[in-house]
Amino acid sequence: MAGRLIELPSPRGPLSGRLFEALEGPPDQGLEAPSAIDSFDPIADEDLQLALYVAYEIHYSGIRGVDERWEWAPSLLAFRAELERPFEAALDELAEPAAGEELASVGAALQAIVADDPGPPLSRYLETQGTLEQMHEHVIHRSAYQLKEADPHSWAIPRLSPRPKAALLEVQADEYGGGSAERMHSVLFAKTMTALGLDPTYGAYLDRLPGVTLATVNLISLFGLHRRRRGALVGHLAGFEMTSSIPNRRYGNALRRLGCGREATHFYDEHVEADAVHENIAAWDLAGGLAADEPEVAADILFGARALLQLEARWATHLMDSWERGESSLREPAAVPA
Amino acid sequence: MDPDAEQPSPVTITPYPDGPYLVRGDFVVRDQEGNELPTERQTIALCRCGKSQMRPFCDGTHKLIGFRAPSGQESWPGG
Repeated sequence: MAGRLIELPSPRGPLSGRLFEALEGPPDQGLEAPSAIDSFDPIADEDLQLALYVAYEIHYSGIRGVDERWEWAPSLLAFRAELERPFEAALDELAEPAAGEELASVGAALQAIVADDPGPPLSRYLETQGTLEQMHEHVIHRSAYQLKEADPHSWAIPRLSPRPKAALLEVQADEYGGGSAERMHSVLFAKTMTALGLDPTYGAYLDRLPGVTLATVNLISLFGLHRRRRGALVGHLAGFEMTSSIPNRRYGNALRRLGCGREATHFYDEHVEADAVHENIAAWDLAGGLAADEPEVAADILFGARALLQLEARWATHLMDSWERGESSLREPAAVPA
Repeated sequence: MDPDAEQPSPVTITPYPDGPYLVRGDFVVRDQEGNELPTERQTIALCRCGKSQMRPFCDGTHKLIGFRAPSGQESWPGG
């Protein structure tokens, strides 16, 4: 299998247009940072989220035709900072700050936060009445993260003290297949895509993914690429693991109901068992351990979990609303130039 | 070679708050007949709420039923 390499997607507005044009040129030339970006709804802003996604993606993957030295080009970092500003401001509005009494037990606070999940019943809908086409769309949306599952959270490893670091490694070792590439969760997801007749190539569907989907991945990259957000990154992982086993059982059931075999369902079935383990380690040993060692980031741990649930809710609402209108939740395929 | 590498690590069983038992170390899970139950991961979660659909392993159902139990030993009148 070759290394990761994505194609530059089609721009969706002036920000992504300006960025992609510069990236095709020599590194660190011709990219001026935008002045204060005025976005009505940064979370679902197609142009902003796509530009940010590509600005982050250069840390994960090669981009065809883009010089790898762009990764640390000061002009790209300055451009990215201007994209992050409205995104972080929108997150601050969405996710309420932690209450003082929550900080006494971060593990218990995380349990309460996930029990109060603001999202619509997407997994229950798909389990009981979703169509194969809707499952395909769901898998395509998720491919933005699942094909690099666990990677952004690994950025927390060098930043943690021993107890939370050991807990993170206990989770990540399992995410990465416990030493077996075949069992790596991102590889299992690619197998699910193949079994469903979808393209498992990393980045294949980027042009089809709406901004609200890209925002769910940009959230992890934002937390992962800034050490100052290590608390939020850990809270994001804890929240992710704590809201995983039950929905994944339902997605597996959905595919079984639709006649799909084990090749398609294995990823979901594996996550039922794996995340029933991970959620406890992530909440109590990782998040709780970090809060004990660095109390100053405890509030950001809870912020990370809340921001995750809010963005997941926005995304799930987009899917459910699109389907209710009888429409696809994906963007139209790009027109092939004549 | 690490002389300790061949030593089996002791098995620990940790009840997690409101959640399952996590088992770590060189453990084997067997049914009453002595048949080994396959486990693929180094740390496993055993159901503590009794409502998992894949007992003896945890599937996260405890969260749906509001299962409550401390990590340490519960106090009881005879304790």
